Amino acid sequence: METRELTCIGCPLGCALTVTMEGKEVKEVKGNTCVKGDIYARKEVTNPTRIVTTTVKVSGGKVPMINVKTQSDIPKDRIFDCVAALKGLTIPAPVAIGDIVLENVAGTGVNIVAAGNVEAA
Amino acid sequence: MKAYDLIIIGGGPAGLAAAVAARDNGIDSILILERDKDLGGILNQCIHNGFGLHTFKEELTGPEYAARFIAQVKERNIEYKLNTMVMDISEDKVVTAMNREEGMILLQAKAVILAMGCRERSRGALNIPGYRPAGIYSAGTAQRLVNMEGYMPGREVVILGSGDIGLIMARRMTLEGAKVKVVAELMPYSGGLKRNIVQCLNDFDIPLKLSHTVVDIEGKERVEAVTIAEVGPDRHPIPGTEERYTCDTLLLSCGLIPENELSKSAGVALSPITSGPIVNDSLETNIDGIFACGNVLHVHDLVDYVSQEAGAAGKNAAAYILKGKTAEAKIVEILPVGGVRYTVPKYIRPTEMEDTLTVRFRVGDVYKNCAIATYFDDELISKRKRPVMAPGEMEQVILLKKKLAEYPDLQHITIKIEEA
Repeated sequence: METRELTCIGCPLGCALTVTMEGKEVKEVKGNTCVKGDIYARKEVTNPTRIVTTTVKVSGGKVPMINVKTQSDIPKDRIFDCVAALKGLTIPAPVAIGDIVLENVAGTGVNIVAAGNVEAA
Repeated sequence: MKAYDLIIIGGGPAGLAAAVAARDNGIDSILILERDKDLGGILNQCIHNGFGLHTFKEELTGPEYAARFIAQVKERNIEYKLNTMVMDISEDKVVTAMNREEGMILLQAKAVILAMGCRERSRGALNIPGYRPAGIYSAGTAQRLVNMEGYMPGREVVILGSGDIGLIMARRMTLEGAKVKVVAELMPYSGGLKRNIVQCLNDFDIPLKLSHTVVDIEGKERVEAVTIAEVGPDRHPIPGTEERYTCDTLLLSCGLIPENELSKSAGVALSPITSGPIVNDSLETNIDGIFACGNVLHVHDLVDYVSQEAGAAGKNAAAYILKGKTAEAKIVEILPVGGVRYTVPKYIRPTEMEDTLTVRFRVGDVYKNCAIATYFDDELISKRKRPVMAPGEMEQVILLKKKLAEYPDLQHITIKIEEA
């Protein structure tokens, strides 16, 4: 039996979690105050994931940049691949929240969507 | 002079939520004055996610959170002026503002809501020794440059201060290809949320040095190196602990200060602790009909709480406008002691308050396994256990009107930190 101490990132409470593991199997999660903490802890010790937020350039818009995010969480070790895939990308205005900016980013199966609105100039 | 029932100074999260609540409580004549070119305030540069867990039960980015409130303002046809700078608010609620189209304009309000937000503590206010080269930015300035303007402020970065904006920018600069060498924090604890230490520093192996500060900045034209040193319990640098980091950029994330220059000109009394207005249970200042909410009142940790507070300010301003004056009533002061630095509100009127009132505050140190105790005069009314409390996170106590009605002779309410 091995234990790991984590801080939940599910919400600003930041619960201190203790995960008990046997090999690669999670036996118990303690310290969480909601179900999110349990889910986070189990993922974090097996396949940690994150939502990635960044920006891409916009052409013909009122502002030069649009902020974007992964539609769902992607493996933590793919964060830089995801950002690299967006480098050099320019999308035309207008852009609205939820528009797909790039499909299947870096082969993760997750789409990049706009997380802001940019009107055409 | 053009007149409005309600003028709201600032179109950020506080101003937007206040406007929506005032309209929903029966006020037609509302004007929001915003100095930037868009509504949304600082949320527009906060592209990270985590906003709205309380309000919308989902994790949104800053612009997404702002967009929901902007949509509510537009649906209600609430009037707003962009690119408009407010120059003065008088005690009789004449607002002087300027923009390129109209020049200088005077506007009469029946009620004013202050929602100007806060500003970052600058290098000048921190007294950091060393040269004054280019490459020193507040974390928020760097955030705006990277996220909105599309510029990179530098490639090799040292960050002083572990407030949330500093932590968020450590990750943001790293994702954009910069090397963040260290985050130094003067205090023995971080000023930011725990989740941000994990996902902004630990995820990228960025070291956080607690009880450290910057003691020298080198470089004539551009920052070339920054020296940090450990500080003792007196927060003075300990000789011999200096470490030099070559870098081209220093970001400062050393606290936020409510922006109350306009409040002062209106005669609003400010708290020396929060640097924000002193308010009663309706978030009204000492000036009749001038209300305050959001980060201009006290610096919040979560925008969700700003929206809640601003909603209350909007509702209360609406009631004031419809009644025409502030009700005369008995006032009870809330005394913050034993680790509680301040409370917002500071004064409550047991006969006038809402059925439930959220009193928000911050603690002055890290407390483990303690409790928040509330006393009506000397009688313990409630005691709530808190496993961990830290200055970076807001705490709250809920007061019930029904309970207060049982104490007609109440002099003071005391909120303090006690052993659990």
